[in-house]
Amino acid sequence: MSTTHVVDDTVALTGRSLRHILRSPDTIVTTAVTPIALMLLFTYVFGGAIQDGPTSAYVDYLLPGILLITVASGVAYTAYRLFLDLQGGIVERLQSMPIARPSVLWAHVLTSLAANLTSVVLVIGVALLMGFRSGASVAAWLSILGVVLLFTLTLTWIAVLAGLSAQTVDGASGFSYPLIFLPFISSAFVPTSSMPGPVAWFAEHQPVTAVVDTIRALLAGQPVGSAIWVALAWLVGVLVLAYVLAVRAYRRKIT
Amino acid sequence: MTGPSVAVRGVEKSFGDLHVLRGVDLDVAPGTVVALLGSNGAGKTTLVRILSTLTRPDAGTAAVHGFDVVAEPARVRESISLTGQFAAVDGVLTGRENLALVARLRHVPDPGAVADALLARFDLTEAGSRGAATYSGGMRRRLDIAMSLIGDPPVIFLDEPTTGLDPQARAEVWRTVEDLAAGGTTVLLTTQYLDEAERLADRIAILHEGTIIQDGTLDELRRLLPPARVEYVEKQPTLEDVFLALVGAGDPPAGKDPR
Repeated sequence: MSTTHVVDDTVALTGRSLRHILRSPDTIVTTAVTPIALMLLFTYVFGGAIQDGPTSAYVDYLLPGILLITVASGVAYTAYRLFLDLQGGIVERLQSMPIARPSVLWAHVLTSLAANLTSVVLVIGVALLMGFRSGASVAAWLSILGVVLLFTLTLTWIAVLAGLSAQTVDGASGFSYPLIFLPFISSAFVPTSSMPGPVAWFAEHQPVTAVVDTIRALLAGQPVGSAIWVALAWLVGVLVLAYVLAVRAYRRKIT
Repeated sequence: MTGPSVAVRGVEKSFGDLHVLRGVDLDVAPGTVVALLGSNGAGKTTLVRILSTLTRPDAGTAAVHGFDVVAEPARVRESISLTGQFAAVDGVLTGRENLALVARLRHVPDPGAVADALLARFDLTEAGSRGAATYSGGMRRRLDIAMSLIGDPPVIFLDEPTTGLDPQARAEVWRTVEDLAAGGTTVLLTTQYLDEAERLADRIAILHEGTIIQDGTLDELRRLLPPARVEYVEKQPTLEDVFLALVGAGDPPAGKDPR
């Protein structure tokens, strides 16, 4: 099996699952709706009580966490689509064909990156309408893109693992609820210093806080400090673990 | 190739305590149609999955088109096509896109033209631009089989190709298999319908309790029983005869050229 086959086959299969999304764009919209609703709720309902000053300042504060929630709810569709492919015998058909086997998973992963990035752009658009402004440089924006893509890639491989191991459709997408919830116990909405001791400890030591702090500093044009290394270490560590487990689950599934 | 297209020797497979295959021996000669006959749960699908490199045997050997399924799975996959029990077509894609996707994955030149030719051959040209989810069971199955033919694999496995189909769709699938056989493709099909095996197969292998208990042509199998006695029975049309006569499914669809 040559490398060109891996690329060709991945491109062909990615084209297929991108078509799924283009034919039901509602999956992108529903991915963006909940984070947008949360953003509206926190800014215009809770925002005044959380922070003094203009609401636009709170949107700036909130946006990084909202972007992570967007990705966390978006990857549920990746698990769902993979599960349906397994259920419908499509994966089996592909496995009995002379194709590069990793292509089947990578097509879903690349599709997930494209779909989630689109939802993220949509959410940033709404945030701009709500008064979000950033003086970040092009380099800072590229760094933000890199961090968001890495975060999406990590969560996507967790989604692949969920899609491969699920017994039911609900199980395939249910794994994302804890991921969506994690930003609430982080620095995404309020500073961790306002939380009681054990909660603050958890919030300060879980990956979402490091990722949120990194993106927030980049958006504000401030130095990122050590947060970015903590964030990268977490994301790469979880990514490797999820990837290894997903590939193992895949092998078990097909032999 | 001189040897058999499919050669199975002493294949065993268990799932936990369930000993599904207990030493299966089976040969399929090139260019023939062999029906693997057995009741539900007899292990037909397991054997097809082993031959398609989707499951490894616990013991014994299996070779397809001269390649061992465990040692050279990639070469086996180049030589076969599997049509599973449930029509594995992508419902979101159109019929044409399904065919073109498989053609691209099999790296055949001009996937679009291959797709159009197969749509025409399987009477799906009009439906070709519709989502496959809108197809009837028979159309889905036809599309499924059409997808299997891309790249002209010399050996085709059809796992219960007519289960769940209505009589017309069943007749369509039968004609398709007969066309394949006429074109020299080796076909191993599993079925639980005796009439299907009788109609399509050159040889019939009966899988029961994990082994092949009989393997032969229909005539050879018939000779296992005492010779026929001549009896005079009033021939009543079967319900299937009546149904097919009423809905007019006996004729091949217009425009189809049974080569």
